[in-house]
Amino acid sequence: MTTSSSTHGEALARTALHGLHAARGARLVPFAGYEMPVQYEGILAEHLHVRAAAGLFDVSHMGQASLFGPGDETVARALEALMPGDFLGLKPGFIRYSMLLSDAGGIYDDLMVTRGRGEPGEGRYLLVVNAARKSFDLAHIEAALPKGVTLVREEERALIALQGPKAAAVMEAGGFAAAPMVFMTARRGSVHGVPVSVSRSGYTGEDGFEISVPVGEATRLAEALLAHPDVKPIGLGARDSLRLEAGLCLYGSDIDETTSPVEAGLTFALSKRRREAGDFPGAARILKELEEGPARLRVGILPDGPAPARAHTEIRGEDGAPLGEVTSGGYAPSLSRPIAMGYVARGAAADGTPLALMVRDRARAAHVAPMPFVPHRYRR
Amino acid sequence: MIKFTDQHEWVRVEGEEAVVGITPYAAEQLGDVVFVELPEAGRKVDQFKEAAVVESVKAASEIYAPVGGEVVAVNAALAETPGLVNEDALGKGWFLKLRIRDKGELDKLMSAEEYETYVKGL
Repeated sequence: MTTSSSTHGEALARTALHGLHAARGARLVPFAGYEMPVQYEGILAEHLHVRAAAGLFDVSHMGQASLFGPGDETVARALEALMPGDFLGLKPGFIRYSMLLSDAGGIYDDLMVTRGRGEPGEGRYLLVVNAARKSFDLAHIEAALPKGVTLVREEERALIALQGPKAAAVMEAGGFAAAPMVFMTARRGSVHGVPVSVSRSGYTGEDGFEISVPVGEATRLAEALLAHPDVKPIGLGARDSLRLEAGLCLYGSDIDETTSPVEAGLTFALSKRRREAGDFPGAARILKELEEGPARLRVGILPDGPAPARAHTEIRGEDGAPLGEVTSGGYAPSLSRPIAMGYVARGAAADGTPLALMVRDRARAAHVAPMPFVPHRYRR
Repeated sequence: MIKFTDQHEWVRVEGEEAVVGITPYAAEQLGDVVFVELPEAGRKVDQFKEAAVVESVKAASEIYAPVGGEVVAVNAALAETPGLVNEDALGKGWFLKLRIRDKGELDKLMSAEEYETYVKGL
């Protein structure tokens, strides 16, 4: 039996919850320079538990940073120079999904930006970026900041995600007032007596929270949350299958410096005001694609048979003509069938378009399908 | 007689035929098996060459024939219930049955004791 995998010789970093993972029998693997849990009891059971109850994820490998400056507007303008979102219009305590764009209209990274509420010691804006991109992103942002605006890397904070239909009840049980919060808002508070910054957001399609916590308190908080009977620890394996069912992009697989936000179907993140002004990096390409349609589009794909189609599987038309490539694919535990996403030529992007996926040199029938594959259940 | 490969396949010899599967260690390493692609009956496979593919939630893995021969049967139950590989790797989770081409090839494989020692060293 051979499974392809990559290993490298560099020393791996550990998160504040490394000991908890090891003690709970996680299988640890290298991921973005960290030794991270890929699974505990098994990806299928963990995945289904998140959809049915609540799961706790260690996402401390992601990059957290705060921006300080003389006024919110100054900092918002600095962010708008790098991203296509409306940060001047973002209200205190609200979160925006956005992208760092290259001048060529590609995506350097996707990230979450929260506007602080002006509480003591809090940054005016808070950023959460992908683990594999954090050193690039933060240097890129720093280089663009005007005088007086500073970026602080929050290296003394861990990040715990609590996701699933029972997540809000679990937070309430820990003494956190979750009820007044809606999706994509943030506030400070305490859970089980630990001071935290909480976002109502996530990467599973479920309702849930991302909890930023000082590293010294991370294990105590995680153990307190895990003591609730509805909560189980969840590894990165289920995190990936959950986000794929939810139709969410994985940076480095589904989006990168070669894909534009329009090709990726992320036009909701291009604010109306910013489109009209055309004042973000890569605007020439992006506005042209909005006007004329991009050459290719990210679509959902349902293989008709039982064989999963993994990333880099070639996509052809029914007639054998090359159309593109799968960027993420695997088995959907909630649907008991394979699912995938990938890029196809625009003419083949309509729902229901028949495709052929070249898995192990054999054409397998598939068709374009709407995403998300599993409906989102955010608290609006 | 049951023998093992260093790639974690097993082969149980029944007269001129051989039943092939993967070991509990392999099943544990793979995690939840969600699909097994089996060869068609009549296909000839060579020793240590690809005979099947097993897919877990995370990845696809190639399964090699412990001995060469012609495929005479495959485990149809795996199409409906691929999880049999995790539940009963040495029994109901078998993959395929071969008519053995050359029993001499079995000498290249490990005994149960040898395989047990090998896995302990991993």
